[in-house]
Amino acid sequence: MRKKNLILAFESSCDETSVAVIENGEKILSNVIATQINSHKRFGGVVPEVASRHHIEQVTICIDEALEEANVKPSDLTAVAVTYGPGLVGALLVGVAAAKAFAYANNLPLVPVNHMAGHIYAARFVKPIVFPAMALLVSGGHTELVYMPYENEFQIIGETRDDAAGEAYDKIGRVLGMTYPAGKDIDELAHKGKDSFHFPRAMMHEDNFDFSFSGLKSAFINTVHHADQINETLDRADLAASFQQSVVDVIVEKTLWACEQFSIKQLILAGGVAANHGLRDTLSAKLNEKYPDLDFVKAPLELCGDNAAMIGAAGYVAMKHHVFADASLNAEPSLEFDWVPDAVK
Amino acid sequence: MKVLALDTSNRPLSAAVLNDNQLLAMTTTNIRKNHSIQLLPIVEDLLKQTGLSPNDLDRIVVAQGPGSYTGLRIATTTAKTLAYTLDIDLVGISSLKALAANVNDTGRIIVPLFDARRDNVFTGIYQRTTTGWDTLMEDRHISVKHLVANLVEMKAPVWFVGQDVAIYAETLKLQLADNFHQVSHAENLPNAFVLGQLGLQATPVEHPFNFVPKYLRLTEAEVEWKKKHPHEDTKPYVERN
Ligand SMILES: [Zn+2]
Repeated sequence: MRKKNLILAFESSCDETSVAVIENGEKILSNVIATQINSHKRFGGVVPEVASRHHIEQVTICIDEALEEANVKPSDLTAVAVTYGPGLVGALLVGVAAAKAFAYANNLPLVPVNHMAGHIYAARFVKPIVFPAMALLVSGGHTELVYMPYENEFQIIGETRDDAAGEAYDKIGRVLGMTYPAGKDIDELAHKGKDSFHFPRAMMHEDNFDFSFSGLKSAFINTVHHADQINETLDRADLAASFQQSVVDVIVEKTLWACEQFSIKQLILAGGVAANHGLRDTLSAKLNEKYPDLDFVKAPLELCGDNAAMIGAAGYVAMKHHVFADASLNAEPSLEFDWVPDAVK
Repeated sequence: MKVLALDTSNRPLSAAVLNDNQLLAMTTTNIRKNHSIQLLPIVEDLLKQTGLSPNDLDRIVVAQGPGSYTGLRIATTTAKTLAYTLDIDLVGISSLKALAANVNDTGRIIVPLFDARRDNVFTGIYQRTTTGWDTLMEDRHISVKHLVANLVEMKAPVWFVGQDVAIYAETLKLQLADNFHQVSHAENLPNAFVLGQLGLQATPVEHPFNFVPKYLRLTEAEVEWKKKHPHEDTKPYVERN
């Protein structure tokens, strides 16, 4: 029998410290996640220095729990994988330093992983990825469409020009007096209301795959402030529904167009905002209607947020393609996939 | 006992391998290069030079702070992860005390300091005795004005240690007059051999899990929040699944 491939994966790019053990790139043996949400709630958003301090408190505890839960010894491992960007530099550095030290002490190869590739590979735990594929990545820091012609090849065809979708959710959540992070609450509230405000749908019919959410955010804030000034009370559920519908319409429209322009076999939905039911359901319904033969894979709900399991899955593939780092690996906060220069065909 | 000592508290980086009180190899750099890129390759190189493997180590000693927050986290994360996975001793030593220990003379009042910007410093007051060390003032974040007031009151010669002393030398000289002294250039740099020797005498932490840098300062965000919410909290700040 072939020896099992066991990867110990690290993730610390934002406000989750996570360590996982992944078997053959497809099976989660453990996925320990230490979330700092309670801490950053105090500030209404992630404070980088606070996040870095929590990471260092947690990192070796997470390693220990991940190995214990997977019932794996360091000598059973094949490699160590780690997120080295994009993300908060101080946060990334803790995961990178820990992963490097662990790999060195146990004489294991080190695999550097792009956090966004990790988000895409969360879908690998549903089924294998079939190429060419397209991924729609929507999170607090990113909104992008990524084309994957072959395995381990990632090309951005479009991204947000200002706020990420998740960022817009958090900002309007603050206006509605919700606690951070607000995405889930807005999603729930939106289901009780209707799109009565008809907020703008920026760039929806433009000839590119880019997004913009700052105009929508401003329109939302102006509407609420104007109502406050004239002492009018707006229906919160309708506000949430109108905002969400605008976000979802733009994302779905651009994604459908990408599906039309690129001959792909699979569409992957991933990232923190991929847990949004409005987006999941609308995209499912539209794809069913327009591209019934396209394989639509949604990252599992519990793996939409940041976690190390997805880094292990992406790391397995990178390792297959001989992507390794040495002891000088550094954090790269602005790491990006390559761009497709002429994405519009 | 084979000891690996690491200090990345500030711009200089120093790493050494000791066999008990004997130095086997040491590297110190004082360049503007990222510690994250440098540290582990230097450790690899030191162990290679001394013919040791990580498994031969018995103890890791790390400069635990104060210092640059990011710098502290690089050596501390590396140290706690190595100690955890190799199942060996972990010792944290004050970065300031490690610097003070560069000065060999007993009886002298030694003030190691790091700049903390806006006329503030991280500092402590130390004195070497025949058997060990007296701490005359615990490490703290303090204004230069306050530090000077404390030192003037001592009415005794003071030796300042650290590269950042230069930033405040004029002010200090003015206030302390003949009691102001500086050490030689070599003594201003962290020295992992000295750090390792201090670490040999110290008691290791019970477990690396809860080992964190001594920042000696809350983050600004936390200070502001506490001011506005004196009776509130959202603990536990971190929750594991
Ligand atoms: Zn993420």
